[in-house]
Amino acid sequence: MTDSKNHNSLSRFHIAPVFMFRWEESQQSYVLMYPEGIVKLNQTAGEILNRCDGTNTVDDIILQLSELFSEQSEFIEPRVHQFLEVCHDKGWIQPQS
Amino acid sequence: MTKAGSNLSLDGQGNPVWLLLELTYKCPLKCAFCSNPTDLDAYGNELNTAEWKKVIHEARSMGAMQIGFSGGEPTLHKDLEELVAEANDLGYYTNLITSGIGLTRKRLENLKAAGLRHIQLGFQSDHRETAHWLAGVDCYDKKISIAREIKSLGFPMVLNVPISSINIHQVPGIIELATEIGVEYLELANVQYYNWALVNRNQLMPTREALEKAELQVAEARARLGDRITIFFVIPDYYEDRPKACMNGWGSIHLTIAPDGVALPCSQARAIPGLDFPSVRDHDLRWIWHESDSFNIYRGDSWMKEPCRSCSEKEIDFGGCRCQAMLLTGDAANADPACSKSPHHHIIQQAVAKALQTEQDHKHLIARDVGWVSTEVWHNDLDTN
Repeated sequence: MTDSKNHNSLSRFHIAPVFMFRWEESQQSYVLMYPEGIVKLNQTAGEILNRCDGTNTVDDIILQLSELFSEQSEFIEPRVHQFLEVCHDKGWIQPQS
Repeated sequence: MTKAGSNLSLDGQGNPVWLLLELTYKCPLKCAFCSNPTDLDAYGNELNTAEWKKVIHEARSMGAMQIGFSGGEPTLHKDLEELVAEANDLGYYTNLITSGIGLTRKRLENLKAAGLRHIQLGFQSDHRETAHWLAGVDCYDKKISIAREIKSLGFPMVLNVPISSINIHQVPGIIELATEIGVEYLELANVQYYNWALVNRNQLMPTREALEKAELQVAEARARLGDRITIFFVIPDYYEDRPKACMNGWGSIHLTIAPDGVALPCSQARAIPGLDFPSVRDHDLRWIWHESDSFNIYRGDSWMKEPCRSCSEKEIDFGGCRCQAMLLTGDAANADPACSKSPHHHIIQQAVAKALQTEQDHKHLIARDVGWVSTEVWHNDLDTN
């Protein structure tokens, strides 16, 4: 699987304006905050969202995560695509136009 | 919708996550469903700006991430912008919970510049006259115009509409209006019966048929509108078999500071007599949260009585709401009577029956006001025999 319904390997995403994404020291994790809510992200999810800055392509993110976690990109790739799909469905990220 | 997700359940790891500052109980509106105390004039000694800032710093150092500026009407506080800026600088996600009365374009621009992230606007109805009945003041045009200003400045916005017998038939029109204004979230919050809402319970209680109709209308709107708006329908616990997981448990993640500096596990907790809630004027927040008797008394589950103690669902709803248990059964350690397993559940059923036998008319609503004294002996409902 390389492409998903809402993006391809060259897509770029940014965090949707409703959300505030940052590292939270007290939780030792990245968090995504929105009106009256907080999502605490596990390490991989946080590292992916941290790269949704409007400049990295999906391929860039896959490459960087492969290096970060010392995994083959074949292993990382479907997981990144799937998670971005989740994030898009949840409205956390938007495609960079 | 994709099912897989990576969100973990968040708890405060023993610390508050949510800080709600009730800057004042003063409000230009007189809502019949208001959750502020009915003895409003007893709490005049409000914290000053320096004291609020100290609270904001202390809670952040303990790990609080979300901050709500509420009231009363928080825009009546002259230094609101300064407090928002302080909270934003510390890394909080800042929420303003307002009636909209007192907001202007200029004030909104200043709040934006201060770093305010989100505005929750209280709203009564898509009909001018109904809004007037519920709020006790003619405020409909002002609210519509400030809602549009909020959106034009790009704030994410929740429109919060307390739902009762008075407006439940207007749910489709309210959804239409919210969508047209362009709000991200619409919260249709069935009125919870505390304080002024409890005083007006007989007038505000909708019928089960009206609730079911409204739920269907919400489902239809969700299907039709898709991503354009997220609609929350907050359940009316009087009609549920299980209580709400109130505050995610007592002293778990939520901390309210009342206008006079008293720290509360929830905004309603003053309804529980005999608890001596500490003030931030006398103690630091860490001590209040971790050490004070009033924050520990209903924390965890060792305080529970039967049927909660042995209940398989006690970690889902934590026995419901301590304040509701107190108000309706006379003991805050009892199971929330909204639960059908509660030996006091008949009190809820009787309250519903009594309300629905009452002639419901907006003219009978008691508007929130200072100096109000109860004349109806409604707490006879406590009689469990």
